Amino acid sequence: MATKIGIYFDQSAIGGGLDVEALAEGAEQRWSDIAPVVKLFPVLAAESARKEIAQDIEENELDGVLICGTSARVDWDLYRFDNVQVERVSLREGCVMAYKNPDGSLLDPDGEEAPELLRLMAVDYVNMGVIKLQKSNVPAPEISESTRRILVLGGGWTGITAALAAAKAKMPVTLVEQSAELGGRAKGFLKTIPLKAPHDKVQDTGLEAKIQELTANGDITVLTKSTLTRLAGSPGAYTATIAGPSGEQSVEVGAVVLATGWVSQDKKVLEPLGYGKSPNIVTAEEFEKMAKTGGITARRVAFILDTKLCMPACDCDGAQAEEAVTADVAASQPEAPAAEGEEAPYVYEDMESVKHLPFSNAVSSVVALKQAGYVADLAPDAIAYILYDSMVVQGVHERFYKAAQDNPSIMLTKADIREVAVDGGGLLVRADNTLLGGSIELAVDLVVLPTGMVPTTAKEPIMQFEYRQGPAFPDLSLFNGYADSNYICFPYETRRTGVYAAGCVRQPMTLDSAEEDAYGAALKAIQCIESVNRGVAVHPRSGDLSYPVFNFVRCTQCKRCTEECPFGALDDDEKGTPKPNPTRCRRCGTCMGACPERVISFDNYNIDQIGSMIRDIKVPDNMDVGGPRVVILACENDALPAFDMAAMRGMPWSPYVRIIPVRCLGSVNAIWVADAMSKGIDGVMLMGCKYGDDYQCHFVKGSEICNRRKENIAETLDRLGVEPDRVAQYQVAIDDYNAVPAMVDEFMKMIFEKGPNPFKGY
Amino acid sequence: MSNAILVVGGGFSGLTAALEAAEVGYDVFIVEKSPFLGGRVAQLNKYFPKLCPPSCGLEIQFQRIKKNPRIKFFTQATVSSVAGKAGDYTVKVHIEPRHTAPNSADLGLLASSLTGETDNEFDFNMSRRKALYLSAPFAFPSRYVLDREMVNKDDQIRLAKSAFVDLNENARDIELQVGSIVLATGWKPYDASNLSNLGAGAIANCITNMQMERLASAHGPTNGVIKRPSDGATPKKVAFVQCAGSRDQNHLNFCSYICCMASLKQAAYVREQYPNAEVTIYYIDLRTPGRYENFRNKVTADERISLVKGKVAGLEADEASGDVILEVEDAVRGHKSKVRHDLVVLATGMQPSLAGDANPYGVTVDADGFIVDGEDKGIFAAGCAKQPLDVMRSAQSGTSAALKAIQTVRGR
Repeated sequence: MATKIGIYFDQSAIGGGLDVEALAEGAEQRWSDIAPVVKLFPVLAAESARKEIAQDIEENELDGVLICGTSARVDWDLYRFDNVQVERVSLREGCVMAYKNPDGSLLDPDGEEAPELLRLMAVDYVNMGVIKLQKSNVPAPEISESTRRILVLGGGWTGITAALAAAKAKMPVTLVEQSAELGGRAKGFLKTIPLKAPHDKVQDTGLEAKIQELTANGDITVLTKSTLTRLAGSPGAYTATIAGPSGEQSVEVGAVVLATGWVSQDKKVLEPLGYGKSPNIVTAEEFEKMAKTGGITARRVAFILDTKLCMPACDCDGAQAEEAVTADVAASQPEAPAAEGEEAPYVYEDMESVKHLPFSNAVSSVVALKQAGYVADLAPDAIAYILYDSMVVQGVHERFYKAAQDNPSIMLTKADIREVAVDGGGLLVRADNTLLGGSIELAVDLVVLPTGMVPTTAKEPIMQFEYRQGPAFPDLSLFNGYADSNYICFPYETRRTGVYAAGCVRQPMTLDSAEEDAYGAALKAIQCIESVNRGVAVHPRSGDLSYPVFNFVRCTQCKRCTEECPFGALDDDEKGTPKPNPTRCRRCGTCMGACPERVISFDNYNIDQIGSMIRDIKVPDNMDVGGPRVVILACENDALPAFDMAAMRGMPWSPYVRIIPVRCLGSVNAIWVADAMSKGIDGVMLMGCKYGDDYQCHFVKGSEICNRRKENIAETLDRLGVEPDRVAQYQVAIDDYNAVPAMVDEFMKMIFEKGPNPFKGY
Repeated sequence: MSNAILVVGGGFSGLTAALEAAEVGYDVFIVEKSPFLGGRVAQLNKYFPKLCPPSCGLEIQFQRIKKNPRIKFFTQATVSSVAGKAGDYTVKVHIEPRHTAPNSADLGLLASSLTGETDNEFDFNMSRRKALYLSAPFAFPSRYVLDREMVNKDDQIRLAKSAFVDLNENARDIELQVGSIVLATGWKPYDASNLSNLGAGAIANCITNMQMERLASAHGPTNGVIKRPSDGATPKKVAFVQCAGSRDQNHLNFCSYICCMASLKQAAYVREQYPNAEVTIYYIDLRTPGRYENFRNKVTADERISLVKGKVAGLEADEASGDVILEVEDAVRGHKSKVRHDLVVLATGMQPSLAGDANPYGVTVDADGFIVDGEDKGIFAAGCAKQPLDVMRSAQSGTSAALKAIQTVRGR
């Protein structure tokens, strides 16, 4: 709680005819008990001004500084003061530049006197800034004893690389591999595609050397024939239960790299291309094994990459076909009988589908080039055909493709495969639309079909989290079973803090990409452990020291917070009392928004703080005279910057709104809406990120959850006789700055049509 | 010896490398040659496959920088020399003057009062800008920069009156002590004027894919409305020419990785704005790796978007209509034909920034300009300085380079 606040006004930033002196005077009077210092500076950003503030802090023992001038998005580096809370009031972007008159006319830039509505707006924002500081504490970090050990799941190429990468950064590592030997899939490779410049020929994988380095490293414990059966605890303090040949053991770990790779797709999907009709129709995986053991006798080999025949005719069938595959697999699983009233046993939804075949296209293409090279090297008369729809050979791998094109023993053509037929002892591949002149019929000895790569997470809940929300990553079906991120910019973000996926469990990829990915995931694991050590949050609020505090005395065990947390941070006991795990938490405040008893708060962000700000807005008793008032609760990550931009681009909005930033719409508690309504505020706009499959919410579920809660709010309002559409949610992207002013104005139009909030004046 | 890390390049790879290292607990310097951070992605309208705005992720990165005192960045800065060895480098950095006060004084009114204008390189010269400018609304740092050479006499008088402008600020040189270096120097769009058979950049209604991004952007030269450059007309029949320079030994001896997905995305831009427009993508191979297949299926489900496997052999302008005539070799049917489109987008590829540029880092670049070594010297290439990548993989690459840079200095 800031109790001694210095309020500073930046005259160089405040135009529009606003009487800054009067503003300062008003603030001085209103906040005389807690604001010993109120000052105006001609240029607040000047070094002399900042020195003076630092001096004020010392002399007056200030614990809060309120900077009234520019938006918090600018000059962040100028207003860093030690040991005090700093809050910004955006009088430039958020007030003067955002202002237009009720009739739509713009603010006269040379006007001597600010319009009354602008003055009222500025006063409201300054007061809200003081209250925000007053209701905020410097967060005391929760620093927990953490273990530095990193658990790497999977002893294949990616897992080994990640373990070595972490060990080289001086972290102890435990690597768990389910089979008896290390090396995973790469162990079966005769050669690999080029991993280094000039990227034009196959090479040895170098796996053996990697394995030796791994086993020789004293900081790495390798457990083979072992699997993770339970992961309890939270980042910095996980207990991993690992079942191995000599029973179960517990290992304390701080973070996890998930590198369990892939399994081969059910070969049933390849039947339309002849798989199963002849032993000479094999998959790329089987062919690699033949090559490694020197077992290739064929001299004419067709590599088929066009898999359209395997795919359902259209997307509508796609869904059915997918269900069919899933149903097949499900049927093969034993069903445990569930007794009446007993909770059904956990069954993991198998996410393998026919789509994993085209998803593997990039790996399949480059592997076909590699394997065609094997054939070309067999004998002078050996010939390899590659029949593709598109060669998905990207980036510098193009040079490998080019080398294959230059190889006289490799023939490449686009082709629509019609049929693979058994013809006596040989095979016939029939294809249309080829570059060799229309339809062709190729007589070959061997046909190689691509191997669909199915991530292990599509098949099993690999992580075995002992979390209230279940043992697996949630919503993996959104990523077709891959343990991937939904963020283009943040590829390692999963919904389980402390676990970072790499390699083919995340996306189908070749060894060079997997190597890089392993390093990336190892970095994130190290960073997570270091963040726990400092008591700070990880992405996206990295460095944040605050965390949710629960006042359990008033908790009614309704379980909403535990159910809604997007990151599974909250477990509960038998009674349903939430059990927070601060190091799993991303500090979005969704739990705070969920709680009907309002028992959850952050030191520097809480129900009382925002509620008090809302309640402090001056609402004219008579809407016809003073106009309506509307509160906008805006996501600080996207909606708020969009407003800033709109203002900077000269696109102001209604002067009747007051914007209050929130961490995420998920943190919006229904009480804030009730506060607004009982105060006589005429409407509430909730502006947050896009939700749905392509969600943009940085906290995954915040805006979606808010929208769900809004329905409950609407019902409540309806019961009270308030029109439910006085509360509306908008999906806003950060670049919607040209659209947000119109959204506000539309909403205001609706409010004017409805007239005043029926509670006004009570 | 310093345990700090230098990151050269403030685009997405560099920002990621810098932030990931700083959040482990290392001091990081970013050296960026342009006046603003963000790099190429700041010029993009949307990312594939989510069609979400790049400024969203950049905003988070900039917030992370603002909150983390371990990161220091220099804009308008270039590395002039690197001396030392892995773990112990002295790097000289040359910094051009910004000529504006080190705060976000609102110079918007002053900027708009200037009379001089020049081509805006941020919009690939499809718009004009003043000498005092911000590259984009979300430009970071949000501080005006003065293009001193562009200041005319009248403007000089106006500028001299401002307390926030210093016309006489000098360039300076600084020295940084670092333990390891990440090179994230990124890429530049391949120069379409090299493509003589594709109009050499001289056909008015033949634009590049990066120009298309600017046309579609809400803060671009047309405020996001896709129009024909020659007459502002609504495009009705748009062509995308894939591999314009890429996969061609005479130009770029590699595939530029992003162009297929970018064209599918841009086809979606066109179709969203114009319900009656038709789009044709002429391609050699359609490269939509992995789950990007979902995006391909979604976009190509639109009946007005068609894909033609074929090489575009030539382009010429039809002066009367402003249309562009394409000479297409249909790869499957084997015949050549001439097709008329009213707007053509060349999917020009990415050329590494180091191609033909100074290389004071002591690393080897290949014939195309990609960095191929350095790791044994504690110098790590990230992102498109190493190979062509999309944003997601650049983030991966930057994160990976951060760990390598840390390994060099950790625990000593």
